[in-house]
Amino acid sequence: MANKRLYLYPVWIRLWHVINALTFLALLFTGISLHFASAEHSLIPFQVSVGIHNVCAIILSFNFGVFVIGNMFTGNGMYYRKWRKNLWPKLWKQFLFYAIGIFKGGPHPFPITKKQKFNPLQKVSYVFAMYFGMPLLIISGIALMFPEKISNSIFKISGLLFYDTLHIIVGFVLSIFLVIHLYTCTLGDKPGTLFKSMINGYHEEHE
Amino acid sequence: MKKPTIFFSILLLAVTCTLIAQPDDTLKIKPSYFEVNDYVEDNEDCFKCHGEIKYLLEDVENDRSATKRMAPCKIVDRDKYYTSVHKSFSCTDCHSYDFMTFPHTMDLRFEENFLCMDCHGYDETYAQYHFEEIEKEFSESIHNIADFTCWSCHDPHSYKAFMRNADDLEEAILFDNNMCLRCHADYDRFAQKTEREEIVVVESHDWLPNQTAHFAKVRCIECHTEINDSILIAHKILPKTEAVQRCTECHSKDTRLLHTLYKFQSLEERKGGFVNSIMINNSYVIGANQNVWLNRLSLLVFGLTLLVIVFHTYLRIRKQKKS
Repeated sequence: MANKRLYLYPVWIRLWHVINALTFLALLFTGISLHFASAEHSLIPFQVSVGIHNVCAIILSFNFGVFVIGNMFTGNGMYYRKWRKNLWPKLWKQFLFYAIGIFKGGPHPFPITKKQKFNPLQKVSYVFAMYFGMPLLIISGIALMFPEKISNSIFKISGLLFYDTLHIIVGFVLSIFLVIHLYTCTLGDKPGTLFKSMINGYHEEHE
Repeated sequence: MKKPTIFFSILLLAVTCTLIAQPDDTLKIKPSYFEVNDYVEDNEDCFKCHGEIKYLLEDVENDRSATKRMAPCKIVDRDKYYTSVHKSFSCTDCHSYDFMTFPHTMDLRFEENFLCMDCHGYDETYAQYHFEEIEKEFSESIHNIADFTCWSCHDPHSYKAFMRNADDLEEAILFDNNMCLRCHADYDRFAQKTEREEIVVVESHDWLPNQTAHFAKVRCIECHTEINDSILIAHKILPKTEAVQRCTECHSKDTRLLHTLYKFQSLEERKGGFVNSIMINNSYVIGANQNVWLNRLSLLVFGLTLLVIVFHTYLRIRKQKKS
């Protein structure tokens, strides 16, 4: 039985998170399938990929709107603010914990509390992923969804090429974020503890 | 003070009247025509009727005349003619000299038109254009029906070798697609050739995502012809059931666009790491224009990330075993 139990993930966050995760995974697989499409073999049939990719993109975009508005009007927004204060020393401390401290059984440098849901590395990466990466991904995705509306030339290259390259780069960076995010979620008390938090809403740990 | 004003007014009136009085035909002949054609004035005998939307029909015997509307299919646009591939021709190079008499006799109305092969076929001068191969393809095409000739698509009075000399590919695509749409988007013309039901192009292509972008960036024949590497433009139009519908025929590294639309430009090598880079000048085709360097970099970053995770996991397991 855990002796620290904090209710950190209200229902709307958990719903947003599961929709975000599922649509992002669908977008990732269909995106890879489209990018590496081949006449002989495809991971997913091209037209099916286009359909799934478009539908999931629309859902993800609306869901992103829910996240932004939710953070504006609920207490969850505070976890994403003031992320630049003493940034580098905090990042270094957290990095050292993940690189060395965790194997020595040392204490967590930034224990999770009601006021501090994320450690500095999480905070920075979540802010970049959600407030920089996602908008870029959505804007470039919308541009690709309506290619006839795109300006023919941006920075002296084809508008389509510009948005597609941007979409692919941001999509790739966010998928790397996803892999690291999934792995760091196994760093709880037990590998499954943090995943469980996203189901029941409670952060649990032994002190 | 009054005299100069009256003088200039009269002068202005005289100049205006002279301009108005000048026959329309001479105004319509542009200096550029003379640069490409030695028979401009001779041709004007035809153009004065066939270059206009109306003509004057005169009955000399009964001393009467009437203005008649020229049938649209008999109108030849001067500008288009003198910029076409046949711009240097005299009308009577291809048409009977007897057309110089008006009204034209019934016999002339049955004049058999020259077809491409009559001048261009089996001639070393035109060997590079492979007209014989084009004729063979046409004979196997769905367009090989009664009353369908080269002229049905290629008007010899306005034809330009657009694709071969395409500076602006989008303009060339528009020119090419309009050739198809002249019948396929105009049921009156279409019905002259076939008994088939009307084809509504937009509806029959409603399965195609981003229809507008596709119609502007590729030609109809990209999907509706069989690839033939020995001629620039494939002429074997396939039945609709055999048209390309698999997206990956174009949206893949081995895109068929390099064998069709970009055939004569595709010799260019990769530029900036992009596969099929020649297409990027005009468009960007998802799946066909991957960047090799980005692909490699992403694989490297992904591989390194996995490596770090595997190593970290190994250290965690080792620590757990020790404790």
